Amino acid sequence: MASLTIDHVGKDHGATRVLGDVSLTVADGELLVLVGPSGCGKSTLLRCIAGLEELSRGAIVMDGVDITRAEPRDRDIAMVFQSYALYPHLSVRDNLAFGLKMRKTAPGEIARRIGDAAEMLGLDALLDRRPAQLSGGQRQRVAMGRAVVRRPKVFLFDEPLSNLDAALRGQMRVELMRLHQRLGATMVYVTHDQVEAMTLADRIAVLSQGALMQVGPPAELYARPTNLFVARFLGTPEMNIVGAAAAQASGLVAALPDTVASVGVRAEDLHVAPGGVGAQVDVVEHLGPEALVHLRVEMIELTARVDARQVPRVGERITVAVDAARLHCFDAAGQRVEGRQATADSPKLGIGKP
Amino acid sequence: MKTLRIAAVHAILVLASAATLYPVLWVVKMALSPSQGFAMSPSPLPTKVTLQNFIDVVSTHDASGWLFGRQLFNSIVVAAAVTVVGVALACSAAYALSRFRFGGRTLTLRAFFLSQMFPGVVTSIPLYVLLDHLALLNRLAGLVLVYATTAIPFCVFMLKGYFDSLPRELEEAVLLDGGTRFDAFWRVALPLSRPALAVTALFCFLTAWNEFILAFTFMTDPRSWTLPVALQRYVGDYSTEWGHFAAGAILVSLPVMALFFALERHLVGGLTQGGVKG
Repeated sequence: MASLTIDHVGKDHGATRVLGDVSLTVADGELLVLVGPSGCGKSTLLRCIAGLEELSRGAIVMDGVDITRAEPRDRDIAMVFQSYALYPHLSVRDNLAFGLKMRKTAPGEIARRIGDAAEMLGLDALLDRRPAQLSGGQRQRVAMGRAVVRRPKVFLFDEPLSNLDAALRGQMRVELMRLHQRLGATMVYVTHDQVEAMTLADRIAVLSQGALMQVGPPAELYARPTNLFVARFLGTPEMNIVGAAAAQASGLVAALPDTVASVGVRAEDLHVAPGGVGAQVDVVEHLGPEALVHLRVEMIELTARVDARQVPRVGERITVAVDAARLHCFDAAGQRVEGRQATADSPKLGIGKP
Repeated sequence: MKTLRIAAVHAILVLASAATLYPVLWVVKMALSPSQGFAMSPSPLPTKVTLQNFIDVVSTHDASGWLFGRQLFNSIVVAAAVTVVGVALACSAAYALSRFRFGGRTLTLRAFFLSQMFPGVVTSIPLYVLLDHLALLNRLAGLVLVYATTAIPFCVFMLKGYFDSLPRELEEAVLLDGGTRFDAFWRVALPLSRPALAVTALFCFLTAWNEFILAFTFMTDPRSWTLPVALQRYVGDYSTEWGHFAAGAILVSLPVMALFFALERHLVGGLTQGGVKG
C-alpha cells in the first residue's frame, strides 16, 4: 500500500489545456474519487498517474519516490479500464495470470493468488471461459480480479461501472466497497456519476475544466460546497439556485448582504410549511418513500423533497419555507460566502414570511 | 409477380455462373483432350478423356534431371519466403505506423501509397539493373526480394487498418501489467490480428506464386524458373501446345485453391473486419 502525491500537475494536448494545475494527496489506504462532467480532465489525470500519458508540468510522487518519468510497468499500479480491456484471446485464468507471468512470479504463487482472487470475486466457475462468454458484470469482476492478483501499491479505476445497467451497478458498487475494506488498498476512482462518488469515496475531488474545485469527505462537500459548480454538481435533484435579488423580492429569504449574488437551497431544505411564501405546484415525481415536488414561487422554479404522505396535488397552492441555517450563499464569482458571515451582516435572514 | 422476380434473378445468376465457369471448363476440356490443338467446338466437354497431358507436364526432364520438380520447388520456396518476409516486415511496420507518432510517418504512408500506383512492368528495368549489380539475377533470393518489396506496401495498409481497429486499452493493460511495448505487440496485438495476418499471408503467397513478368525478365535459366514461367514454354512462336498449357495451368492453380479454401473462414472475417473497422 502507498500514499500518492500529485504535485502541481498539468497536461496540454497541443494548444488545449486539459489539466491546469492540480495538487492532491491520496493517503495510504484511502479511496479517493475524482468526479466531474465529461471532458473535465479526470480520466487524463488518472492516465497520468498510471504513466499512460506524459505530464506537461508537475510531478507525481508515490511513497516519497518521484515516479513522474517512470514507465507504467515500473510503477506497481493496477488499473481497471472502462472497457474492462480483458485480453479476448485468453481464458479468465490466463487473464488473471498475465500480469504475474510478466513479473516472473513463481507458478505455485500464481495459482494460489488466482485461487484467492477467484474466491473473493466469485470467479471460480468462470476460470476456463473466454471474456466473450461472460456477462458484463462477470467481465467487470474479472477486470477487478486482474488488478487484485497483482497486489499493486495503488489501484486506479476509470469509470468501471459505466457500462453496466443500473441494478448491476448498485450491486458492483457494494462489491467494490467490500473489496476496498478487505484490501485496505489505496485507490483512485474516476466517475462522472455523483451518486457513485458520494457512496464510494473516503474523499471526493471535484474537477471542472481541468481545475480542482474542491476536495473533501462526501458529507462535507454536500453540506458546504465551496462554489456554485460543486453545489450544482453534487446532489440529486440539483440544488435550487436563485438570484439574490429575486429570492429577496419573492420573500423566500429575508435581506441578504450585498456580497451575496445568489443563494442555494437543497430540495430537502425547502419545506412545505404553513406561514411560508405562496407557491404553485407544477409537477410531482413520486419516488416511493418520498416525492420531488416541482413548484413555482412567482417566476422562480424550485424543487422540494417531500414525504410521500404529505404530497400536494398538481396545481395546488401551497406555502413553502426555507431552512435558513441550511441556506448556501454565493458571491458574484460563484464562490461560497460563509453562512455565519452572511447571517451576521443580515440578522433578519431566516424563514421567509409572506 | 414475386415468383417471376425470383425466377428472373435465378436465371441471371445461372447465366452469370455459366459465363464465369465456361472458360474454366474449356481449360479443363483442353487439358483432358489428347490433342494439342485449340479446340474450336463450343462444347465445354471433352470427346475423349486422357491424363496424358498432366503426365507429360509433370514428367518434364532436362539434362540435369526432373525439371518440373525443380520448378515446383522454386515456386514453393519463393512463395513461402515472400510470405514469411512480407508478413514479418509488414506487421512490424504497420504496428509502428498505427501506434506511434514520429517524424516522417505521413511521408512513409504516402510513399507506400505512391508505390502502389505504378504497374510492376514500369519498375522491371531498374529492378533488373539493381539485381544485376547485386548478382541476384537467376537467383531465387533476388525474386524473393523483389516480390516482398512489391507486396509489403499493400500488406502494411491492410494490417495498419486492422491494428487501428484494435482497442488501445488492451495494450495499455499490458503496459500496466508489467509488459513492454514489444509484449503488447507480440502477446496481444498479433494474436488478435490473426484474421488480418491470414489475409496478408495469402496475398503475399499469391503475389509470388502467380507472378510472371518479373520472373520471366530476371530468370533466364530454366532451372531457376518458377511454374508460371515454365508454363509459358508451351506457347511457342510457331505452335502452341494447348493441351500441355491447360494441364500446367490447372496444376499451378491447385495449391492456390487449396490454400484459399483452407483460409476461407479467416479471409471472409478478415476482409470485412479490415474494411468496416479500418
